[in-house]
Amino acid sequence: MRATCWIDKRTVRVEQVPEPKILNQRDAIVRITSTAICGSDLHLYNGLVPTVKRGDILGHEFMGEVMEVGSGVKNLKAGDRVVVPFPIACGACGLCQKALFSLCENSNPNAWMAEKVWGYSPAGIFGYSHMLGGFPGGQSEYARVPFADVGPLKIPAHIPDEKVLFLSDIFPTGYMGADNCNIQPGDVIAVWGCGPVGQFAIKSAFLLGAERVIAIDRFPYRLRMARERAGAEVINYEEVDVHDALKELTGGRGPDACIDAVGMEGHAPGLIGAYDRVKQATGLETDRAHALRQAIMACRNGGTVSVIGVYAGFIDKFPFGSVMNRSLTIKTGQAHVQRYMKPLLERVEKGEIDPSFVITHRLPLDQAPRGYDMFLNKEDDCVKVVLTP
Amino acid sequence: MATHGTDPDRDRWLPVRGRATDAQRLAGGLGWFSIGLGVAGLAAPRLLARLIGAPDRGKTPAVLRAVGVREIASGLGILSQPRPAGLVWARVAGDVMDLALLTSALGSRRARPGRIVAAAAAVAGVTALDALTARQLSRQDGATVAPSREHAVTVRKVITINAPREQLYRFWRDFTNLPRFMRRLESVETMGERRSRWRARGPGGMVVEWEAEVVDDKPNELIAWRSLPGSRLSHAGVVRFTPAPRGRGTEVAVEMAYTPPGGTLGARMAKLVGQAPEQELQEDLRRFKPLMEAGDIVVSEGVLYGVARPAR
Repeated sequence: MRATCWIDKRTVRVEQVPEPKILNQRDAIVRITSTAICGSDLHLYNGLVPTVKRGDILGHEFMGEVMEVGSGVKNLKAGDRVVVPFPIACGACGLCQKALFSLCENSNPNAWMAEKVWGYSPAGIFGYSHMLGGFPGGQSEYARVPFADVGPLKIPAHIPDEKVLFLSDIFPTGYMGADNCNIQPGDVIAVWGCGPVGQFAIKSAFLLGAERVIAIDRFPYRLRMARERAGAEVINYEEVDVHDALKELTGGRGPDACIDAVGMEGHAPGLIGAYDRVKQATGLETDRAHALRQAIMACRNGGTVSVIGVYAGFIDKFPFGSVMNRSLTIKTGQAHVQRYMKPLLERVEKGEIDPSFVITHRLPLDQAPRGYDMFLNKEDDCVKVVLTP
Repeated sequence: MATHGTDPDRDRWLPVRGRATDAQRLAGGLGWFSIGLGVAGLAAPRLLARLIGAPDRGKTPAVLRAVGVREIASGLGILSQPRPAGLVWARVAGDVMDLALLTSALGSRRARPGRIVAAAAAVAGVTALDALTARQLSRQDGATVAPSREHAVTVRKVITINAPREQLYRFWRDFTNLPRFMRRLESVETMGERRSRWRARGPGGMVVEWEAEVVDDKPNELIAWRSLPGSRLSHAGVVRFTPAPRGRGTEVAVEMAYTPPGGTLGARMAKLVGQAPEQELQEDLRRFKPLMEAGDIVVSEGVLYGVARPAR
């Protein structure tokens, strides 16, 4: 089969590889009908996530048709159409039972690697480095899905792929970002980053009752999407001072909650941006956290900072004094996708949201390298690339 | 609130790490003392010789340098080993050697008997302290895994499993199940209620077999076992099942000790070729957990084939 493989920093290639087999009794093999490139795949692409190896298959957003199930899978059968959540979760351990699926204690066979970096290990993730399991990803023709009786969500035949594909990651991720803000009537929410996850965070904040959402980015086409498609007010951080603008837009209070949908590769103008770039390039810090710093400083007293952008390791100049002295709450995590899939599918079915609004490019799988490149370089107003095997 | 150690059983099987006992603190002091003495012997052997009343030329400086090297090695060993009982015993042997050297120095023409006797008295004092410390450390080591046996390797790990302890106890008590999650074990056959025959792969693919017997068995609480005398591999283990607070399942604490064929040296060699026993036990428990919770141990292509893609 063909699969998108990581070759080197900024090089992916679609290669011929053997087809996956059932390895565990709770596995399923899925023939992929739609898959997507995630913003977090760009961190792999840029070589910023450790333990990615030459030849690893990438991709953690995918859906398709069940071809085969292991003896332990009773709720799925060949022919079922499913969306697969990106965290792999057993459903039985203590944390799965608390619905903290991205922290499953049984799905990362390389947990010891993650423990070295993070203290404890989160769940395994498809196509996202060896320290998160060494599982092949879904930017390919077929994928093996462990714990298939827990993760995959069956999709009725009448809903097209494009409306449900993003239940695998970015819609629940954006939704959890808003959910973690504990939004109250009247709340104003600020969202850093108008990539696909940021767009869903904006939409979700409205779905959860936010009064207003203010979105921050620097690409006019992304800000336009945030304003026209997601309904946000927008700030271009290259044109105005974000802190002052947010203060002014909120009557001097600051946003009630701030969502960081940027993560470890934040851009910043001026000295602090150069500082982060040099330190990241020389390995003195792993993450450029400009958006997070700004979100913390901007949040109102006693507010919540919700982090859904991916961070890998260590950041410098973290304004923890601001967090402590102003009673801020930080909530974060890889999305517990399995918790959100079903209710969000219902919202899609009811027509409350059509997640396909973020798609700007549809490419055949073979053009995955071009997809990575244009997504990274924001060419052709790229927001979201969907690949079809 | 209960504090660690109020449960006598818990203390017996799982002494809390990180809380140094008097003997451990004393061993630390002795380690630093060794290093200090060693550095003095190496750097200024003549001065040291004069101090203890031995001749400051001839063979003495060379002997003192050698003693210095020994002291530094023993000091570093004691400070770096989690269980330094053996090394402290080695110090006792070194002390006896030093006393012999001092006695022989008395025969030299240039010796100053007064100083030598004073030095010997000091060494005798240190010997007594070393012996006392070594005895206490050995006792503590022996108490952690079933009775009084010195093993080359002792490891402890604990994991929480979301399952009732009755189930975990039952699974473990049937030793034939252990190879399902302990990667070194090839097979365990049971021979009656308490006896079993174990077969394991050692470093380099070497196969070791031994017989073991259950030495303690409290249903749903703990199982302790030990290899029979005369086995090629001397081994003891205990697993303890304790309810975790408020429906969090069961805390499974495992302690294992063994002396592989080749004794302490064999254990060192195994460590050198990358077999870290602590990590092994941790990984085995990490396989036990999904087997009990999820009915299977998930594998990934990355682990199986080295790269995250299927292989033919």
